[in-house]
Amino acid sequence: MFNYYLGLAVRSLRRNVVLTVLMIAAVGVGIGASMTTLTVFRAMDADPIPQKSSQLYTVQLDNWGPKRRGLGTGDAENLQPQISYQDAMAFMHAHQGVRQSAMYLTGLALIPSNVDLKPEQVITRAAYTDFFGMFQTPFLFGGAWTGEDDENHASVVVLSRELNNKVFGGRNSVGKTLNLDGRDYRITGVLNDWNPLPKFYDLNNDKYEKSAQIYIPFTRAIDGQMASWGNYNCNGDTGPAGWEGHLRSECVWLQFWLELPTRADAERFRHYLDGYAAEQRQNGRFDWSARTRLRDVREWLVYQNAVSQEARILVLVSFSFLLVCLINAMGLMLAKIMGRSADIGVRRALGANRAAIFGQCLMEAGVIGVAGGILGLLLTALGLIGLRSLVSEGVARLTHFNLSDITIAVVLSIAATLLAGLYPTWRAAQVQPAWQLKTQ
Amino acid sequence: MEFQPILAAMSRNKIGAVLIGVQIAITLAILVNGLFIIQQRVALSHRATGLDEPNVFTIRNQWVGNPTNMEAKLRTDLSVLRSLPGVIDATASNSAPLSNGGSSEGVNLDPDQQQATALTAVYFMDDHALNALGVKLIAGRNFTPDEVTPKIGFDDRHPPSAIIMSKALADKVFPAGDALGKSVYLAFQKTRVPIVGIVDRLQVPWTGVDDWGSKFNDNATLEPFQFESPLVHYVVRTKPGQIVNVMKAAEKALLATDRLRILEQIQTQSESRLEAYRDDHGLVVILGIVCAALIAVTAFGIVGLTSYWVAQRRRQIGIRRALGATKNAIVRYFQTENLMIAVAGALAGVALALVVNVWMMNSFAAQRLNVAYVLVGAVLVLLLGQAAVLWPALKAASIPPALATRGSM
Repeated sequence: MFNYYLGLAVRSLRRNVVLTVLMIAAVGVGIGASMTTLTVFRAMDADPIPQKSSQLYTVQLDNWGPKRRGLGTGDAENLQPQISYQDAMAFMHAHQGVRQSAMYLTGLALIPSNVDLKPEQVITRAAYTDFFGMFQTPFLFGGAWTGEDDENHASVVVLSRELNNKVFGGRNSVGKTLNLDGRDYRITGVLNDWNPLPKFYDLNNDKYEKSAQIYIPFTRAIDGQMASWGNYNCNGDTGPAGWEGHLRSECVWLQFWLELPTRADAERFRHYLDGYAAEQRQNGRFDWSARTRLRDVREWLVYQNAVSQEARILVLVSFSFLLVCLINAMGLMLAKIMGRSADIGVRRALGANRAAIFGQCLMEAGVIGVAGGILGLLLTALGLIGLRSLVSEGVARLTHFNLSDITIAVVLSIAATLLAGLYPTWRAAQVQPAWQLKTQ
Repeated sequence: MEFQPILAAMSRNKIGAVLIGVQIAITLAILVNGLFIIQQRVALSHRATGLDEPNVFTIRNQWVGNPTNMEAKLRTDLSVLRSLPGVIDATASNSAPLSNGGSSEGVNLDPDQQQATALTAVYFMDDHALNALGVKLIAGRNFTPDEVTPKIGFDDRHPPSAIIMSKALADKVFPAGDALGKSVYLAFQKTRVPIVGIVDRLQVPWTGVDDWGSKFNDNATLEPFQFESPLVHYVVRTKPGQIVNVMKAAEKALLATDRLRILEQIQTQSESRLEAYRDDHGLVVILGIVCAALIAVTAFGIVGLTSYWVAQRRRQIGIRRALGATKNAIVRYFQTENLMIAVAGALAGVALALVVNVWMMNSFAAQRLNVAYVLVGAVLVLLLGQAAVLWPALKAASIPPALATRGSM
């Protein structure tokens, strides 16, 4: 029966090639446009660390107070997206989470052993050893440095796979040294590919940029007076000049993440935070009651608008476009089916019941849906390639089509076409056999 | 025109007319908002920085480690750059327009003020800044060499001895237009800083449409500092037509004086502009393609449905022709029919376009839609409908009157 209906549908579609092509093209173009943008949107909206996103939290604290609202860098509640060094150190020492790490983005110069080669810039993340365990970074060789290395401000380094390929030709480099800014760092591990998108733990600059090329202990970076390459916001309160003053200032420039496995742990940490803020007020550091916020990964992404304005506009536009394409296909299907009223009348007179006619016409819509879906997939692939050449490197990283996107495209295409075909099909089933035969 | 019979005929084919009308409505809503966004992004990416753009390039210089003799290194670099043939002037800075990274400060009129009067981007540059940037000084004077003081990294927070600000900022802080010679307080510090000069235009380093800097895009201030930091931007202005050669020579000359450095982003302002507005350009191209495809799909839809109607009414058309209707009358019938549907669709489309705009204003702080766009869009879809209906209408007109006399279609 299915095969018979399929045969009927194909034959019927071949009878009017122009209309058929128009319908498939309309569905295909609509699916192509909407899937292209949906793929990017889904990548922006993706959970970068699904297995742990509800256990990882970041902290905000109103350390600037109400009188610095005019600077406008904070949100409606005057909360800054980053924290100061003194708060980060207090949270590190409190050790309230299973794991925790203050961190920031910086850059070092990699000095090649071959003196004829130029030094090369390496994007660096300064963090504690817990960074790796907390974010479950995959290791290709070796592992994280130890907590002792953190305490000793040790010159140790973890490499990205990319840099290890470049410098060591992809060989196991654990135990070897790397000269960074004129100092030798011992390699403790090499990460496998690890590029969470969006880069949730530091959304300050490019939200979709690559992860760092190397990781070094936070304590070593502070010792080396390595300035932040990320955002660095100050409220204007002048303290002593120099690095010491920088560390003691209310400037916010650090990210702080901690792992709290259960809701109860998070609640407990919220209490700790409120207590900490109250204590700072008692100490005379704040003359206001400072608000605090604890957000998990998903809440953080929403708060920081991980999905760009451009992506929202394009998804809206392309889905409206898909709607137009479907209305279009619906009109054409209607024209096509009603043009064959006589044919349907004969079939009804020969004993086909309404359900059979309905099924036969719906099969036609389904065939168009499948063909449109395939065309749509091709156009999506083309669209993503085109997009990659048009947008910045970060956004281009989001243009990868995966299996779930393909499934969505095909299902969406068939479902949408069937939906659009419902009315014309219903009309076909209403054809009165006697009336059609008479007009002949 | 014969509206009545057309309406009567349409009422027998309601759903088809509604489908075309709805398509036209959605098409109009997308088209209007799409074109509006395109126009805004194009305007955004063409904003002038105030610099002598064709002749200015920048170099990002990163010293290896934290060298102790940074001041000497900086002086050497600047004199090397300034003495290159083809160079008009050069300066060092913490940032540059279109670089998408920089510093900002609040500008206050009162030292105890809690809300900043205005926000400004700050560029730390010496007395060569005006010449190296190629910005136009419209009032006051340049910095004197004595006013330039060393600033050792961002943590050195001593106030500048004088400032030069962009006209937009000067007008914001002193709306009476008498900023020159007045003093302001910067970054909540207690020291008064005199305004010694005003430049016509100078843009902030940030370019994104919803970036932090978009709230004060034209507010920029030059502070007379010699910025000593492991990471500096060199801004170099060349004589016309020599920029390509000078860029190559500059890289070579800098590396020849000291190899322990990393030179990155050696690019002309035009290249920086391309990079800074890449995503805006991408959005423009994609929206353009979608709008074009939308027009095509809607047009083909109209062609398809109208052709079907023509085919359905061949006999009636033949009868009309036999009764004396001219070919023109037949064409006019289909055109009027389409116009009636399109006008209804366009009215709905205008309403929809405004709703979409309000939604976008609420969710992305988009601007209010210009009414001219709505009107132009409406006229455009009406013309689109007329153009699309022409071919089937002509086909209808070519139906011979003799058809009416035959029994079958």
